[in-house]
Amino acid sequence: MRAAIAAVEADPDASVALVSKVYPMRSHTVSAEGGAAAVARDDDNFEMHGYDTVKGSDFLGDQDVIQYFVQEAPKELTRLEHWGCPWSRNDDGTVATRAFGGMSTKRTWYAADKVGFHMLHSLFQHSMQFDRIVRYDEQFVTKLLIENGTCRGVSALDVREGVVRVILGRAVILATGGAGKIFPFTTNGTIKTGDGMALAYRAGVPLKDMEFVQYHPTGLPGTGILITEATRGEGGHLKNSKGERFLVDYDYGVGTKAELGPRDMISRAIIQEIEAGRGIDGPYGQYVHLDLTHLGEEKINKRLPMVRELAKIYIGVDPVHEPIPIRPVVHYMMGGVDTDVTAATELPGLYAAGEVASASLNGANRLGSNSLTECLVFGAEAGRNAITFAKGSSDGEEGPLRAQGEEEAARVEALRGKKKGGERLAHIRHALNDTMESGCGVYREQESMDATARTVAELKGRYADIGLEDSSKVFNTELTAAMELGAMLDVAEALVNSAAQRKESRGAHTRKDAPTRDDQNWLHHTLCYFDPAGPRIDKKEVNLGKWVPEERKY
Amino acid sequence: MADRPKKKFIVTRFDPETDEVPKTQEYEIPVEPDWKVLDALNFIKDEIDGTLSHRWSCRMAVCGSCGMMVDGEPKLTCKEALSQYGDTVEVSPLSNFPIIRDLVVDLDGFMDKFQAVKPWIIRAKERAVEEGPMRQSPEELEEFKQFSMCINCMLCYSACPVVANEPDFLGPAAIALGHRYNVDSRDEGADARNEVFRGEGTVFSCSFANECSEVCPKHVDPAAAVNQAKFNAVIDWAKGLVLPRGGKE
Repeated sequence: MRAAIAAVEADPDASVALVSKVYPMRSHTVSAEGGAAAVARDDDNFEMHGYDTVKGSDFLGDQDVIQYFVQEAPKELTRLEHWGCPWSRNDDGTVATRAFGGMSTKRTWYAADKVGFHMLHSLFQHSMQFDRIVRYDEQFVTKLLIENGTCRGVSALDVREGVVRVILGRAVILATGGAGKIFPFTTNGTIKTGDGMALAYRAGVPLKDMEFVQYHPTGLPGTGILITEATRGEGGHLKNSKGERFLVDYDYGVGTKAELGPRDMISRAIIQEIEAGRGIDGPYGQYVHLDLTHLGEEKINKRLPMVRELAKIYIGVDPVHEPIPIRPVVHYMMGGVDTDVTAATELPGLYAAGEVASASLNGANRLGSNSLTECLVFGAEAGRNAITFAKGSSDGEEGPLRAQGEEEAARVEALRGKKKGGERLAHIRHALNDTMESGCGVYREQESMDATARTVAELKGRYADIGLEDSSKVFNTELTAAMELGAMLDVAEALVNSAAQRKESRGAHTRKDAPTRDDQNWLHHTLCYFDPAGPRIDKKEVNLGKWVPEERKY
Repeated sequence: MADRPKKKFIVTRFDPETDEVPKTQEYEIPVEPDWKVLDALNFIKDEIDGTLSHRWSCRMAVCGSCGMMVDGEPKLTCKEALSQYGDTVEVSPLSNFPIIRDLVVDLDGFMDKFQAVKPWIIRAKERAVEEGPMRQSPEELEEFKQFSMCINCMLCYSACPVVANEPDFLGPAAIALGHRYNVDSRDEGADARNEVFRGEGTVFSCSFANECSEVCPKHVDPAAAVNQAKFNAVIDWAKGLVLPRGGKE
């Protein structure tokens, strides 16, 4: 959405198709809670935000990208303020900021604890004034159309009508988000199936650093619903079964900041605490407590109203009076479509921004509240650069592009209501979830990762044999779920194979059989290329700069 | 699974390719004690009947996708505990909207109304980014904050007796979202929106039944917004009579 606005602003003649498999206000940004980071206070500067981000990334972030990001961040959040975002305020009317894990000062802008919701709705509502942003709601993109080595459009299933059409353009921007649904416990909504990553991967564009999966330390057991990091920023404590603040009482390397440590470290500490026998038993396995009771009702209502509502509805706990049961849950993919500081991929005409992309802002571990800002900074950059590219390009040959659309229409038609085969879609999905959890969890080992890689390959075989019952053309959600599962399997394949080859621990990729970081051999990005015979792994230099890799201590 | 209690679901089915009018289908399934209504629909879709169509995503009551009628009342199905319902639960598509398929309704009419109220900041002169954020006191934020909480779930349209009779009525959510900008201290576009509000089938159609505010899952008070919008639209119009250029003070 930010890209679309930037594109129509950059060129008064440009027309932008905003294609989405859901109505735009349903996009999963809506669920983000805690905030968006950008330097705002007098005691803060770009140098500090940059260093925090580099260190948070465990030195796998590209420093040119990080420097560009921290400079653009305040401009983008200010723009969103001008466009109506209801940022929370200080008494003097300036924008308020809060503390977040891994950030050395208060630089996270917030709108209570519904920041993603307000950002998405402010952006969408602002975009509605542009006639040249044409919405294609509930259109499921099935393929990137490439002609003469350039991306020139997409084919998309009109979910309501059941027909596949081509949407042609001189440039394409992916902004489809992550793939949390390949895991069983995730904060992600059901639409987060890695569609955009799979589209690029199948088109020959590499996925980068896919092994780095962020577990958010505080999700609700069972549902995986997100309890924002702002709970810790506002002073909440993590406690074990003995009521101890274990991040303080035991040495987990999170340092003196305890609850304000980065997500990868806190997630590992929780798992270790449970393994040490200090977890609490529940119907969905062991958990620990997030205690907010000492913050008081007034502060909770003002700063964390959504957390209170979610805890009451989804786990029957009022955080004003009782601690919230939490466990680490899959939250965010640091990896994604390989992009650079201009949001461009290696395929001319194809850009990507947000979680679908890996611009290498986040490296091996993202700091909370950098990703909402990332959507804006690199969304805008993608929009502007796509326009520049489009101006210097041509429409391409329509015939071959339409022919590809015809092929896609036939492929989708063959899948719809496919009776043969006995496998239920949901069963393959569950099997995928289980194997991803066992092989690519918070802690990993060679053997379990290799086993998961084999299982994913088997599941791809079983997927070819699914049986579908719904042959209607109208709003056939079984058909879209089948295509989503196809994407999930491809993304899972890239993820586990990227993970199995990285023989060190860095950021969110933690191996019990290789517990330390190894800059000598592994200070590089992983690239994963699609090949029908199995994924091909390559590497890419990290763009280092003034910040030299050092031990990551808090 | 055999030990789990069972509930019967009577679900509206409609496929325009084969049905002239909507019908119902019954499913009896084992349920878990902590399930929401949506969990039951997902179980049916995954395990019993892949042809059932419904929308959902975030399952945390913020994306607004999964509004349906549950035992005749508009509800967010991901938010409503199944335990509060009896052994038989009726699930049907949101009232007052055309049905596309099964539990999926057509929201395009709303999207047009939404756009019509100009739900964006309007200023005579756009502020440059270099000038930094505008100042807004916590009290000024409070003026519009609750109206900005609308998740566009459409429960209020389903509950509204005026929407039922006058399909062109802008409706509670669209009016609340337009009003949200009118009372935002950063906005200068009230005149343009009041013009829309004064048009045909708009704020004056509201009979103040208050049903919209009662069903809102996010505690927005659209009825209050409609009432304030009505008042302001009249005042604005009356001022226009005295001060011909709109006379915003």
